Amino acid sequence: MVENRPFLSFLTHLVLIVGVLIVVFPVYLAFIASTHGPTDFMSGLVPLLPGDQMMANYGYLLGSGESTAGAPPFTLMLLNSLWMALLIAFGKIAISILSAFAIVYFRFPLRTAAFWVIFMTLMLPIEVRILPTYKVVADLGLLNSYSGLVIPVIASATATFLFRQFFLTVPEELMEAARVDGAGPMKFFRDILLPLSRTNIAALFIIMFIYGWNQYLWPMLITTEPHYYTVVMGIKRLANVLDGDNQWNLVMTGVILAGLPPVLVIIFMQRLFVKGLVETEK
Amino acid sequence: MIKKLVLTAAAVALSATTSLAATEVTWWHAMGGELGKKLEEVAQKFNESQSEYKVVPVFKGTYPETLTAAIAAFRAGQQPAIVQVFEVGTGTMMAAKGAVYPVYQVMKDAGEPWDTKGFLAPVTGYYSDAEGNILSMPFNSSTPIMYYNKDVFKKAGLDPEVAPKTWAELATMGKKIVDSGAATCGFTLSYAATWVGLENYSAIQDLPFGTLQNGFGGTKTEFTFNGPNQAKFWDSLKKAQDDKVFKYGGPGGAAESAPMFYSQQCAVYMGSSASRAGVINNAKGFEVGFAPMPYDDTVTKEPKNSIIGGATLWTLNGQKDKNVYKGVAKFFTYLSKPEVQADWHQFTGYLPITNAAYELGQSQGYYEKNPGSDIAIKQIMRGTPSDNSKGVRFGNLTQIRDLVDQQFEAVLSGKKTGQQALDEAAKQGNAILREFEAANSN
Amino acid sequence: MQTKRTVFQARLLPYALLAPQLIITMIFFVWPALQAVYQSFLREDPFGLSAKFVWFQNYTRLIGDASYLNSLSVTFVFAVGVTAVSMTVSLLFAVCVNRALKSGRFYTTMLVWPYALAPAASGLLWWFMFNPSVGLIPYVLNLVGYDWNHRLHEGDAMILIIIAASWKQISYNFLFFVAGLQSVPHSLTEAAAIDGAGPVKRFWTVVFPLLSPTAFFLAVINITYAMFDTLPIIDAVTSGGPSQSTNILVYKVYADGFIGLSLGPSAAQSVVLMLIVVLLTVVQFRWVERKVQY
Repeated sequence: MVENRPFLSFLTHLVLIVGVLIVVFPVYLAFIASTHGPTDFMSGLVPLLPGDQMMANYGYLLGSGESTAGAPPFTLMLLNSLWMALLIAFGKIAISILSAFAIVYFRFPLRTAAFWVIFMTLMLPIEVRILPTYKVVADLGLLNSYSGLVIPVIASATATFLFRQFFLTVPEELMEAARVDGAGPMKFFRDILLPLSRTNIAALFIIMFIYGWNQYLWPMLITTEPHYYTVVMGIKRLANVLDGDNQWNLVMTGVILAGLPPVLVIIFMQRLFVKGLVETEK
Repeated sequence: MIKKLVLTAAAVALSATTSLAATEVTWWHAMGGELGKKLEEVAQKFNESQSEYKVVPVFKGTYPETLTAAIAAFRAGQQPAIVQVFEVGTGTMMAAKGAVYPVYQVMKDAGEPWDTKGFLAPVTGYYSDAEGNILSMPFNSSTPIMYYNKDVFKKAGLDPEVAPKTWAELATMGKKIVDSGAATCGFTLSYAATWVGLENYSAIQDLPFGTLQNGFGGTKTEFTFNGPNQAKFWDSLKKAQDDKVFKYGGPGGAAESAPMFYSQQCAVYMGSSASRAGVINNAKGFEVGFAPMPYDDTVTKEPKNSIIGGATLWTLNGQKDKNVYKGVAKFFTYLSKPEVQADWHQFTGYLPITNAAYELGQSQGYYEKNPGSDIAIKQIMRGTPSDNSKGVRFGNLTQIRDLVDQQFEAVLSGKKTGQQALDEAAKQGNAILREFEAANSN
Repeated sequence: MQTKRTVFQARLLPYALLAPQLIITMIFFVWPALQAVYQSFLREDPFGLSAKFVWFQNYTRLIGDASYLNSLSVTFVFAVGVTAVSMTVSLLFAVCVNRALKSGRFYTTMLVWPYALAPAASGLLWWFMFNPSVGLIPYVLNLVGYDWNHRLHEGDAMILIIIAASWKQISYNFLFFVAGLQSVPHSLTEAAAIDGAGPVKRFWTVVFPLLSPTAFFLAVINITYAMFDTLPIIDAVTSGGPSQSTNILVYKVYADGFIGLSLGPSAAQSVVLMLIVVLLTVVQFRWVERKVQY
């Protein structure tokens, strides 16, 4: 920091600690629930301390997988979700960064129109276009396939929008210097823009990975084969007991297990959060 | 040379039989957790019992998600053979004549014997057309019953073996419980404004819910549930709430109601008979009593049967391989067997569809060993069903139930009287019915 | 709309770069969206067996529908509430984390983690926490004399969904604010400090303007999020009630279309919803983006 102000540092840490406690409390609650039996949650005040069922619950879910009744074992669902999350994250970032580059660094007819068409993908909720989208996917023969699961999902505008914002802040001098050096647009993109975008790519990767990881509705709709099951589908299936006896504790166990790989991604991606990138390039 | 020929012939013959894989019958359903496991077991046992057909169950999410998936699939030519649809979707399915292959027709076309005399009329009647033909296969049907806290009853000085028989008795007992401090609330209801509190209330008291036999007679039906008795009933619930005897647990399935019962805040809970296992498991530290739904003795002295909820199995048209439908027929025959029915009913708490299954359970001593598990059956077989107690059939029932819930909430918050709320609900509901009628008569 | 002063000269390259996203968008978004729009002019049964063209009937009915107008105002309150709460809180956290160099990574992980929690679960958790019978929050509130019941009190319900929706969004915003703060050059903040500016002044005069592209991005995304992605939370916690007090527009679309299977009216509602959001976004690009410093 620029100067040493202990009071401010203290305040900073205080805010953060309180913030973390509040923000993480629901997650803590989920963890507590996963260590109890199925009925501990309904018969009085929700318990705040861990119970003694942790090994039983986690073992049950990770073990045979028969807990999800016909769905593949939990570990297999985790792998499936991992694959989907990676495909979606990489796919989205790749096509969006190229599109943003085109929109910001070139002038061509239909430029604004292209931006708005891409942008509009944010504006119509999936629930409404789900029937027609299903038909398109079915007509293309993409039901029960990774292509069908991934491609319709990667066209969203969030990443394009973010990259656009970022590219607009990149100083013009960098680009002019590149041109003076005789570098073409793709060289500029590869050697200068991409490294600069590292922080944003990392942030987006986290978000997109989590988004792909938590996919539920779309896979549920277009797949009928159990080996495309995602982990959230499995959790929902545990919870979907209609009139019967809800096994909250197992649901929460599933939720915690499902929440662990994204945490690893978050930790790992933070390595790319490097400070002061712009000025070191000067 | 001859040997070679024989071997080749044998090989050809063998490959011909092994290439005759079982015809797949896809079955989309909405049952997760333990119920889903049991469902898959049922399918598996059927598959093991013969080799021509293979029922493939696929979990498709909640009831609305499963129905939407089936519709999306139908529109794209990818529909399953069987789909489990909740009772609220009956109107929609019945109106979709081109999409639905009625069960009685499936059985007839496949040449499967289909004796419906042994079926429990209140269960199958809900899903039959005006001529009594069964259109969909009942699978998991339930009816609301009353669960009560015997320990709290004792603490309040009430006989724990005697449950209130009428709504008036419930109110008095509830007040006694609250006054004595044994609990902070007398009773709570799931589906307070719809399935339990209006549809079943009307059926049991033999009051009409809608014209044309509660909608069985066609899409031109109109609502008549805004009668004076139902209005009085809603007002009495408001009064009970003010007296702290009744606590509202939310719209629809009332997610907050059951916890209130389990945590012993409320002494009485009314909900699906299929919740029995869950209720017993979650009722920690107190004994649960089971009783039929109370009736309103100011309206009738002879309560009728209650009506069902749950889901049924519908068959969809358009399978490319017509053999699939033979498989469906064989599967439905299998499902109707007393042993299969009794097993499913006893495990899940859903109602059996045949008398034979009920009798089998009796001979097994199941109901003696599990007191209260036959209340639901007895309740639906009580009396002779009238036009008002065969069930309800309305298109867009989910939306209609939503707006009825909202009107009920207005009564509870004191904004409207019971009559005003019901009148408004009927008015808005009729608009939706007209829309449904129009959309299905193009 | 903003653009660079100098651009590359190329004829076909931009189209090639845009092609993947545009093609996918066309096939999997525009085409189905057009079909959904077409559906809004129809009256048909759910299975699509018969349909009748009814012109603007589905739209005109919205104008007279009291519950739809109620939805509009509820959505406005909700969207503003969620955006305001989540952006301010997340900015505060991001600034703090930026200061706390050593433990920054730990805090960041903890604060982003909630976003990873499946929407399936977070709805359930909020339901548990605020459950009038077994929930912790109502218990605590009861101790100070407030009877919390979001099933009956409309105010409680709105507060609950704003908190639940903001919670998730705080993680999201926080992450991007942190990323944005990384690109604020040290030299600038140091120069300002040397000039005698205190930390608060430094923030508003130096840091925030440089953060404005990110802030603008987040403002647009947050409002869109509040309008669309909050569906699972409302479904799990209030189902649009009590008495429609939390029945935001997208929930109404979902309830009417997905659950109620009234495809025509629900499509009409979603077209209107889309137009509202487009309008909001255009307004933001027009007026708010002027203040953004690139």
